[in-house]
Amino acid sequence: MKIHEYQAKEFFAKVGIPVPAGEIATDPIVVRTLAEKFAKPVMVKAQVHVGGRGKAGGIKFAETPEAAQVLAQKIIGMNIKGLTVKKVLVTVAEDILSEAYLGIILDRATKTPVIILSSAGGIDIEEVAAKTPHKIHKYSVDPVEGLKSFQARNLAYKLFKEISQVRETTDIIMKLYKLFWELDASLVEINPLITSNAGKVIALDAKINLDDNGLFRHPELESLRDLDAEEPSEVEAREGGLSFVKLSGNIGCIVNGAGLAMATMDLVKRYGGDPANFLDIGGSSNPQKVVTAIKIILEDPKIRAILINIFGGITRCDDVANGIVTAINQLKPTVPIVVRLTGTNEEKAHKILRTVNLPYGETLDEVVKKAINLAGIAA
Amino acid sequence: MSIFIDKNTRLIVQGSSGRDGSFHSEQMKKYGTKVVGGVTPGKGGSKVAGIPVFNTMEEAVAKTKANTSVIYVPPPFAADSIYEAVASGIKLVICITEGIPANDMMKVYAFVKKHGARLIGPNCPGLITPGESKVGIMPGNIVKKGSIGVVSRSGTLTYESIWALTLAGIGQSTCIGIGGDQIIGTNFVDCLEAFNKDSATKAIVMIGEIGGSDEEEAAAFIKKHVKKPVIGFIAGQTAPADKRMGHAGAIISGSSGTAADKIAALEKVGVPVASSPTEIPKFVKQMLKTGKVERPKAAADSKKSESKKPKPKLPRPKSHFIIRKAAKGPLR
Repeated sequence: MKIHEYQAKEFFAKVGIPVPAGEIATDPIVVRTLAEKFAKPVMVKAQVHVGGRGKAGGIKFAETPEAAQVLAQKIIGMNIKGLTVKKVLVTVAEDILSEAYLGIILDRATKTPVIILSSAGGIDIEEVAAKTPHKIHKYSVDPVEGLKSFQARNLAYKLFKEISQVRETTDIIMKLYKLFWELDASLVEINPLITSNAGKVIALDAKINLDDNGLFRHPELESLRDLDAEEPSEVEAREGGLSFVKLSGNIGCIVNGAGLAMATMDLVKRYGGDPANFLDIGGSSNPQKVVTAIKIILEDPKIRAILINIFGGITRCDDVANGIVTAINQLKPTVPIVVRLTGTNEEKAHKILRTVNLPYGETLDEVVKKAINLAGIAA
Repeated sequence: MSIFIDKNTRLIVQGSSGRDGSFHSEQMKKYGTKVVGGVTPGKGGSKVAGIPVFNTMEEAVAKTKANTSVIYVPPPFAADSIYEAVASGIKLVICITEGIPANDMMKVYAFVKKHGARLIGPNCPGLITPGESKVGIMPGNIVKKGSIGVVSRSGTLTYESIWALTLAGIGQSTCIGIGGDQIIGTNFVDCLEAFNKDSATKAIVMIGEIGGSDEEEAAAFIKKHVKKPVIGFIAGQTAPADKRMGHAGAIISGSSGTAADKIAALEKVGVPVASSPTEIPKFVKQMLKTGKVERPKAAADSKKSESKKPKPKLPRPKSHFIIRKAAKGPLR
């Protein structure tokens, strides 16, 4: 789960990582009032869950409250990489002497948290990493022992020479590491970590991604989820206990298991079709999940066919078949539903399906080809 | 022979009194696995599927001489169960549980390594050595004894691939699902190494997916060490970047972890990558026979279907099934 910059900065402030004063607004008039209150030039920053906001024009400097209002009018409602900006963060603009990068990620290769630093921070950090990798420092932390002060200090020396700045940065690294563990984050990042004219080290930006598997330990973090930033059908699917990602095609896919779901989508594409979604009904075989899955897919007006591919292990095919029959009776779909149910209780399932007489495929390849053909007829 | 489990495997089921634990205790026992005990704190002295339940792993291991454990404990308690198994001397722990926080797993992994044990999973379907032992949740009826090692990051996709092999008359030495999480105990390289040494394994099928760099590391290992034929499959060619495709590990971040990269890395070291699970058996047969796969036809096939509009060749659906344009949905 991603959270916004302003939310991440609230966590930073709570643990004592210095951030510029700032407040959130959804209305240009309020932006102006905030700028007046700060009585200093401000930055107006779009709050959307994508990288490259600055390059897309979503982050602007305003000398005066009037200018802040005008800029906010442009930014609020702006579309950045498919997401509409609903909120902006108004922060006091800091003088920037230098820009560094500081991040902590979950590294699957070493199976440890890895601290990443670079004195060449800012909006081009990805380019720095690609073209001049020697400017990026990486440090793997022992997850059991945790991060020691001296280690953080050694890292801070890679960014600064001035002892006061080294001390401030050491403190920031320690606190960032603490947040990483306490929030069950998969990424915490400051880009840029700046030094001001006065020599202070400040987190000008803040990014936190949370590990979805850790959320059960932090029910309070659920309220930080921005439902506006998500596809409505994905929200509905999550609430129904389904793993769902919307895509742009016209063949709806319902599969059990993430790997098989991806492989089924790949095969749809390979045979000339276009998958409308990734959908994994998971390991249990509650018929209601199947009904919800079909309902969510039918809500997309582009859909021309639904492909259901189940390989029953824990999932019982008869449960899925019952779900399909219920969905057909309740939702009365007008697009073809092509089915393949293999594995646990498949004979029972086939008996149940006889009552609705759906097109059927014996093998994975056959059911995919059938779905594509029928989608062609229905178009 | 086989890898990791065989007829000498003596298994304890952690969480054996739970819904999944009890169901699969019975399934494993039916398959022929030596399930010697279960553990659920507070249920000591009872029986599940005729198998004695103990309160602690320490007691269970002492009384049963178990050498392997499998975990069906819910995510908040699963990490603790892995510690308990390793601390009681178990050297092979298979964790089925899905949804364990990565921060827990980083510490668990360090502990498991320190004690010289092996963890398989979490969030995995477990493993089967056909005819000898089944640990986890894989359906026992899809496997057939033989000489192909199967290793996969997925669950049902593994079943699909095994089933395709079995239908083609190709049996397996051991089938293992290593799990779909970011932090897993046993990776492709570990399994390739074991299959490479296993005298009963003649060829290896490796089923990967998007995310991480396990497949690339596997490719490097194959080039250096593996003498047996390896056949690959990679799921997620149509997956978009920055979207988690179900598994915590299946996410393309930035430009790394794409299916195209992984396929290229494998093909480069002579591992043919099938484009459908049903194509795997054909590849296995060719690799065993000639050491390579003839494929100009497959490429032409996919081009043809892309350039031409698919023609409905199959019979139309039954008459009562009316096909109209989809009604406008309420969204967007």
